[in-house]
Amino acid sequence: MDHAALISDLGTFLRPDQLLTSDEDCSVYAFDGTALLHQRPACVALPESREEISQLLVLCNQRGVPVVPRGSGTGLAGGSVPSQGGVALCLVRLNQILELDSANLVIVVQPGVLTQQIADAAQAAGLFYPPDPGSIKISTIGGNVANNSGGLRGLKYGVTRDYVMGLEVVLADGQVLETGNKCVKDVAGFTLKDLFIGSEGMLGVITKITLKLVPAPASKKTLLGLYDEMTQAAATVSAIIAQKIIPCTLEFLDRTTIECVEAHAGIGLPTDCEAVLLMEVDGHPAQVAEQAAQIEAIAREGGARSVRLAASDAEAQQLAAARRTAFSALARLAPTVVLEDVTVPRSELAAMVAYVQEVGQRHQVQVGTFGHFGDGNLHPTFLCDERDTEEMARVEKAMAEVFDHAVELGGTITGEHGVGLAKKPYLPGQLGPVGLEILKRVKTAFDPKGILNPGNMFD
Amino acid sequence: MSDDGLNLLRDLDYSILQQCMHCGMCLPTCPTYDATLNERSSPRGRIALMRAIADGELEAGVTFAEEMYFCLGCLACQTACPAGVDYAALFESARAEVERQGLLDGTVRNFVRRWILGWLFAKQTRLRAVARLLRAFQRSGLQTLARHSGLLRLLPFGLGNLEPLAPQISPRFTDQLYRRDLQQANPPAPRYRVALLAGCVQDISFAEVNADTICVLQHNGCQVLLPDGQACCGSLHAHNGAVEQAQQQARLNIDAFDTENLDAIVVNAGGCGLHCKHYDRLLADDPAYAKRAAVWSAKVKDVHEWLADIGLRQPRAAMPPQQVAYHESCHLKHGQRASAAPREVLQAVPNLQLVPLAEADWCCGSAGIYNITQPELSMQLLDRKMAHVCATGATAVATGNTGCAIQLQYGVRRAQAAVDVIHPVSLLAAAYRAENQGGTQCSTLA
Ligand SMILES: Cc1cc2nc3c(=O)[nH]c(=O)nc-3n(C[C@H](O)[C@H](O)[C@H](O)COP(=O)(O)OP(=O)(O)OC[C@H]3O[C@@H](n4cnc5c(N)ncnc54)[C@H](O)[C@@H]3O)c2cc1C
Ligand code: SF4
Ligand code: SF4
Repeated sequence: MDHAALISDLGTFLRPDQLLTSDEDCSVYAFDGTALLHQRPACVALPESREEISQLLVLCNQRGVPVVPRGSGTGLAGGSVPSQGGVALCLVRLNQILELDSANLVIVVQPGVLTQQIADAAQAAGLFYPPDPGSIKISTIGGNVANNSGGLRGLKYGVTRDYVMGLEVVLADGQVLETGNKCVKDVAGFTLKDLFIGSEGMLGVITKITLKLVPAPASKKTLLGLYDEMTQAAATVSAIIAQKIIPCTLEFLDRTTIECVEAHAGIGLPTDCEAVLLMEVDGHPAQVAEQAAQIEAIAREGGARSVRLAASDAEAQQLAAARRTAFSALARLAPTVVLEDVTVPRSELAAMVAYVQEVGQRHQVQVGTFGHFGDGNLHPTFLCDERDTEEMARVEKAMAEVFDHAVELGGTITGEHGVGLAKKPYLPGQLGPVGLEILKRVKTAFDPKGILNPGNMFD
Repeated sequence: MSDDGLNLLRDLDYSILQQCMHCGMCLPTCPTYDATLNERSSPRGRIALMRAIADGELEAGVTFAEEMYFCLGCLACQTACPAGVDYAALFESARAEVERQGLLDGTVRNFVRRWILGWLFAKQTRLRAVARLLRAFQRSGLQTLARHSGLLRLLPFGLGNLEPLAPQISPRFTDQLYRRDLQQANPPAPRYRVALLAGCVQDISFAEVNADTICVLQHNGCQVLLPDGQACCGSLHAHNGAVEQAQQQARLNIDAFDTENLDAIVVNAGGCGLHCKHYDRLLADDPAYAKRAAVWSAKVKDVHEWLADIGLRQPRAAMPPQQVAYHESCHLKHGQRASAAPREVLQAVPNLQLVPLAEADWCCGSAGIYNITQPELSMQLLDRKMAHVCATGATAVATGNTGCAIQLQYGVRRAQAAVDVIHPVSLLAAAYRAENQGGTQCSTLA
């Protein structure tokens, strides 16, 4: 492909600082947060307006040049890893909060706004934007929508999808589609916005997002339960749900993960137990007090060695912040961290956790597990060294078995990180031929030439 | 140009490079990424460049070199990094590689490096001699004349632009201030025996901070020594890729201090303290010094950290009320992880109210000589800092690092703000001195 001609055409409407072509620049946009995946783009575009994006897509569509949208590149499935000879379309400079409408409880933002900025803006207005992925401080809302990201509060508040009310999307041919609005109800035609949520940059480039906000909860309490066995922690989660209590957070960390998180955060987490549950309830103060007491009792019955209430809001925030670093902190133990995202029905959690341990031992690979237990979402993380091919082969096998087992238990290969390149081989097994075929037809309907993130999710 | 088998990035323990798992958690804390939103100017991007060079996938060129010098070296990324990446080591190796390959060579740059790093800052006697001339200039009224007449513009290499950044030279330097009464003011039955690293710029421009440090230490049961022959700690050299000169400075200091017989080597500048703590790494391959360097590094303490360790005595004097904001020096906060200790020092001062400063740990743009090498971003950062400082309404901003103090003083002048820039220890010293007016309990300004 003729890069020079492409670059010169893009240069007619992008300034030099918006169109990066050096080897240095292309090499730093070659990857996202996923291990082992790496591909340099032909160039990097940093548009600052919808019009620039539209122009860029018209041009690339004519020429059949691949375009891979990118937010902050924290994705964990390789979704924003560029295509060979393509454009990395980085959206971080579209970073304005356009409107906070307190009357309708919505916020309208550009895709490059960081999730944390949305949470802060909502909080400043006495409102609440609940989805809080571990990467909240740096992930973009565009990336959150395109991956339908979850967070630590998914159990009670749901995931990104539950907050998207409207989208503006530039389609592959440069046309602009508006779908959804500020209305609570809207059945005029198919709900197209839902197709773009979790679309991994394959159906269009999201340029504006209208998000729902909710009233901030009046109070909350955070508890930390320590366990000598991982399965006890899993059983506690199942018991809490079975008793019809819906905490906002039920996060799990195993011993390996706790040790790493403590090494980073230094906040005095116990490093001598096999599992920790971070539990949070929020809502009306009376109800919160009652539920916290109930949860404490359930945790103790479930075999918790101790259950502690966070003394202050600051301590609670510190615990949540520390939990968010879990994945990166595991990199303290090994140069390569391959993380999975399997999700199972919550009744199967204990079985799944035990299985992951067993697989790790059988293949002699070190695994650290943490995750959004309340959602049945586990992140078994394989700690390895990509330069050790023999070890990587074992990791590969172990991963495949974990995926298979999750599907057998009625679960999914990915709960929140997306398919991307990393889980692409496992998608057919999960969806079956009909499911996969329909996905492909949807893709063709929106992007007939297949320029948007080609080769991602399926071929 | 690169491949003569020797590549400092390739020599670097690969595990340090590989430790970065590119999660991006450091990005929002990086001032250069914040300013550009360009991945290359982010910690993750810079590490990726270093790794690509180490792997032989990328040639180290001018773009790389410039990027390494666009980095502030503020180490905010290191605090943010959950994976424990040692960015400081990466950064120093990368700059050293840039210098080894001469990627940014040029007449002016080479001249400045040779004379300023290699000659002026190599011996404190030289720096003092030049500082005396500068002091005469600052006092003579010539400075004002030179500023107004535009004469400074005649200086070669744009050196005239630096003049406003230059700090005032102290009336007397550290040794002149204390040599006389150091002995008698030391406590008769000391609990600890410590030595002060007087620093280079600190010694000539902030000599009173050294006086105050000694005073505070003496009030806390420390016998304070001020060894002769000490020199600039060499952080200036190390951060600018001049590794061999940095090693030479380290050896000079190790020779000057009777380290074995000290409880601590106290440093009152965050950047110098951080660098001194790394002498062990710097001299690890020097058989004659490696062991001594390890002992040295273990004994280096930031003054606030040391006071917290030994238990600070609360001054008894009644002091006038004052509101003070605290600006965190990057190398104190991110490098030495000392964030609570300086605040404890401030809070020990009677009647002092510590007011919260927004973005207290966001770099002020001083970053060694960044205000000289990258004036544009440096001034942006300074203006951002000053806006926050002014918003607090505090009458003083305290900071524990020489570079920050110079930068903030300049910021105060630029913003025409009525704010003092002061070292936390100076505030504490004033409180001790107020306890026994007239007595000579500590080494003080005449
Ligand atoms: C430490 C850490 C913790 C994490 N914790 C969580 C967690 O708790 N829950 C969770 O769900 N995920 C988590 N993630 C994964 C990741 O942060 C999320 O997937 C996040 O939404 C990605 O945002 P991003 O801005 O980095 O997007 P990128 O990684 O840059 O892109 C993600 C995908 O979105 C597409 N895309 C980006 N912007 C647009 C746009 N404007 N229009 C169309 N497509 C676009 C890209 O093509 C790509 O396919 C974590 C990651 C890390 C590193
Ligand atoms: S330096 Fe640390 S925080 Fe930054 S990308 Fe690398 S691992 Fe993540
Ligand atoms: S040292 Fe500072 S400027 Fe340099 S990469 Fe780290 S955070 Fe950014």
